[in-house]
Amino acid sequence: MLSEESRAKIDQEIAKYPPEHKQSAVMAALHIAQDEHGWLSVSLMDYVAGLLDMRPIQVYEVASFYTMYDLKPVGRHKISLCTNISCLLRGSDDIASHLKKRLGIGFGETTPDGRFTLKEVECLAACGGAPMFMIDKTYYENLTPGRVDEILDKLE
Amino acid sequence: MLHIEIDGKKLVVEEGAMVIEAAEAAGIYIPRFCYHKKLSVAANCRMCLVEVERVAKPVPACATPVTEGMRVFTQSAKTADAQKGVMEFLLINHPLDCPVCDQGGECELQDLAVGYGRDVSRFQEAKRIVADKDIGPLISTEMTRCIHCTRCVRFGQEIGGIMELGATGRGEHMRIGTYVEAGVDSELSGNMIDLCPVGALTSKPYRYTARPWELINKPSVSPHDCVGTNLDVQVRRNKVMRILPRENEAINEVWLADRDRFSYVALHGGERLKAPLVRDGGVWREVDWEIALDRATEGLRGAIGRHGPAAFAALASAQLTVEEGFLLQRLVRGLGSDNIDHRLRELDFRDDTRAPLFPGLGQAIQDLERVDAALLIGSNVRKEQPLLGHRLRKAFLEGARIAAINPLDFPFVFDLAAKAIVTPAAMVETTARVAWAVARRMRIELPAELRALTDVGAPGTAEEAIAEVLCGGRRRAVLLGALASTHPQAAELRGLARFIAQVIQAPCGELPCGNGAGAWLAGVLPHRGPMGRSRATSGRPAAEMFDGSQKAFLLADVEPVLDSRHGERARKAMEAADCVVALSIFRGEALDYADVVLPWAPYTETDGTFVNAEGRFQSFRAAIPPVAEARPGWKILRVLAERLGVDGCSLDSAAAILQELRSIQRTEPAPVAPWTFVPPARPASVLERVATVSLYDSDTIVRRAEPLQRTADRPRPAAYFPPADLAERGLAPGSMLVVTMGTTTVRLEAAADDRVPAGAVFIPAALPETAALPLSGEVTVGAV
Repeated sequence: MLSEESRAKIDQEIAKYPPEHKQSAVMAALHIAQDEHGWLSVSLMDYVAGLLDMRPIQVYEVASFYTMYDLKPVGRHKISLCTNISCLLRGSDDIASHLKKRLGIGFGETTPDGRFTLKEVECLAACGGAPMFMIDKTYYENLTPGRVDEILDKLE
Repeated sequence: MLHIEIDGKKLVVEEGAMVIEAAEAAGIYIPRFCYHKKLSVAANCRMCLVEVERVAKPVPACATPVTEGMRVFTQSAKTADAQKGVMEFLLINHPLDCPVCDQGGECELQDLAVGYGRDVSRFQEAKRIVADKDIGPLISTEMTRCIHCTRCVRFGQEIGGIMELGATGRGEHMRIGTYVEAGVDSELSGNMIDLCPVGALTSKPYRYTARPWELINKPSVSPHDCVGTNLDVQVRRNKVMRILPRENEAINEVWLADRDRFSYVALHGGERLKAPLVRDGGVWREVDWEIALDRATEGLRGAIGRHGPAAFAALASAQLTVEEGFLLQRLVRGLGSDNIDHRLRELDFRDDTRAPLFPGLGQAIQDLERVDAALLIGSNVRKEQPLLGHRLRKAFLEGARIAAINPLDFPFVFDLAAKAIVTPAAMVETTARVAWAVARRMRIELPAELRALTDVGAPGTAEEAIAEVLCGGRRRAVLLGALASTHPQAAELRGLARFIAQVIQAPCGELPCGNGAGAWLAGVLPHRGPMGRSRATSGRPAAEMFDGSQKAFLLADVEPVLDSRHGERARKAMEAADCVVALSIFRGEALDYADVVLPWAPYTETDGTFVNAEGRFQSFRAAIPPVAEARPGWKILRVLAERLGVDGCSLDSAAAILQELRSIQRTEPAPVAPWTFVPPARPASVLERVATVSLYDSDTIVRRAEPLQRTADRPRPAAYFPPADLAERGLAPGSMLVVTMGTTTVRLEAAADDRVPAGAVFIPAALPETAALPLSGEVTVGAV
């Protein structure tokens, strides 16, 4: 299910905790698995559960709690727009409607050409630069509709 | 001990107690949803917030330990304000559908909303809606009503030993569910219905049939296993509407197995026998009791007159009350026969004379949760006695190590520290090697009669591992299950188990079926009378009654084809008999071969007593009058005895019968010569049958409880091979096979099951499709 490289990374994470608390590595393991496959399928989560001696439901609980995990396939670029309180006060609603209009999709959806997935996420700890979003693993702050267009135009 | 004050009441409480426990003990109620005394503390509902002196914010009473000098105010304005706030939030998403909700009238949220809720909601936005889950035939879900207390989730993890339910999603999107739609597969799942404080999880069979305020509570005792679970049978207009647990810390705590909870569905089902039936020229006719009793009397008297009393036999189920069993044996013995038995699935009676007074745990049920080491021999305790399995799980969670010698690798609710999964024939050798290994580790010299233990070969790794488990710890237990008592060499298994128990200074427990302990004490046995009285002559045990020698049968709540060791033989014996009188709750297989069928009342419709595996007598009253023409068993047996001229049965209540039985002095079995172990012949390498009776096929009532029949625990009739064997034989799963054992042949599907040891094929017993086959022996399979 996972490459040897990913397995080795997960083993490294497991080694950080006492052997009876293997499950503490679940968040890191899910990130590693998601990096390799792009998203977390049920069978992938079951596989991670097996690695950590957890029941599958315990892994589903974690994966469904955090917005950074994707339980559906995503496009080439994942736009994670923060709509928490600071961003909301600084106009994330406008950014959201601009993105939805430009891409023609809603939250949790992917453009038909598979280029972008739009996600609504919880606070990404960049309140000082609100409103903000993260595309793949890069932060973009102090957004305006114009700046959003500039950023998106540069992406394949 | 600490001194605290709650609402001005001065209390002395134990250190480590939570405020809610201290309040409960003092009779002060603090509202709560997520707290439950048998579950871990989650503190996520916040309903139990209380004011504590010198603490700035209200604290959750369920998660706040008491401290010296603490002053708690459960009625102050600050407390009421906090609790009202929490209630407002809880009601934000809860639907106002109480009129169509089954929980209405016994809903903790409804009750507390009356005390703490506002009359009008300030919430203007849309309420959350959650899709329902199909989690099987026993539990109905309305997840929109869920308030996320997580009691069901914690029950699964902590009590049921399953982790199928969980809370996925976050905040507004959090929901309780199984994520992937897996049916909740636990023999204790119904307890989640009791735990759910709202109407999110309700009973599927009971759905929309009654309101709690219409129901009358009748205390009773379950007949289905040897635990003797205490029940509240809830009744409306002479009908059993549902069954709930009655709390008894020493027996079932607050729990109830699904079998005990849902078996009542059969009691008012279409198969109930409503009137006496007699067979006239091959046609069944409903008649009144007078005619039916005349026919039964004539038939039995005629057959006994022609063939002598030794040709008369009585078979009883292990679900008979003690009173019924006692009268039945008095009737049979009064007619001059000792052919009476309730052990229809057993084969090996060689050690009958050395058996204890009754098969039992040899310790209290509560003791099981305190063991450090235990050995299960031929037992699937989790499914056969679910609440004993739960006690062992508690022991396991406290660090106990449990080992098993079994013919199937049963999944338990605890991990096994060591196990030997071998074919039935190899179980004796394996147990003998464990016995030897245990004796060696404990430095016990083998007594002369057990010297032969060294002849079965040196213990292997698995056997040494089991011995190592058993020699550790201080409190230990050895438990023999149904697969040991029905084993063809049960005497060896029992002898070895007793020896192991003696060496490790542990009680040697047996887990009888149903009221088996009561049946032994009542004398429903060929070799012993009531209370262990020995008999001058011994009658025939059940397994020997089907050879054609018995010309008259009296059947008490038993279906010999499904319930005995070899269905085909039982059927032939019934068909060949001159007279078969069946006392039966249902229109069952008796209609195929009996001459007279009399409607027998189940445990809910008669006064009686069951004896559990601890030897505890528990009497109960009828919850409802008998349905239609059915009559309590003790009355039927009394009338039959009177008509057949047998004295001593004319007692006028179940209580009087029990008193008569208890007035008989208990006779502890006389000491007998030490048991000599003879090494078994090396098992021939043949394909051997492993047979288990699933918990939902175990007696006449549960096999007709339709919701239980639809659960995953009801096995599909098939011949299950180890996956490697199946491939080697070139069989595809699902292909039809001709399965032959001796002269009996049936057709079954081939299937793979990795619990089966090499050299064995698992064929579930007591199913209509498999009952014809004998329980043990060589199997040959061929293509159709």
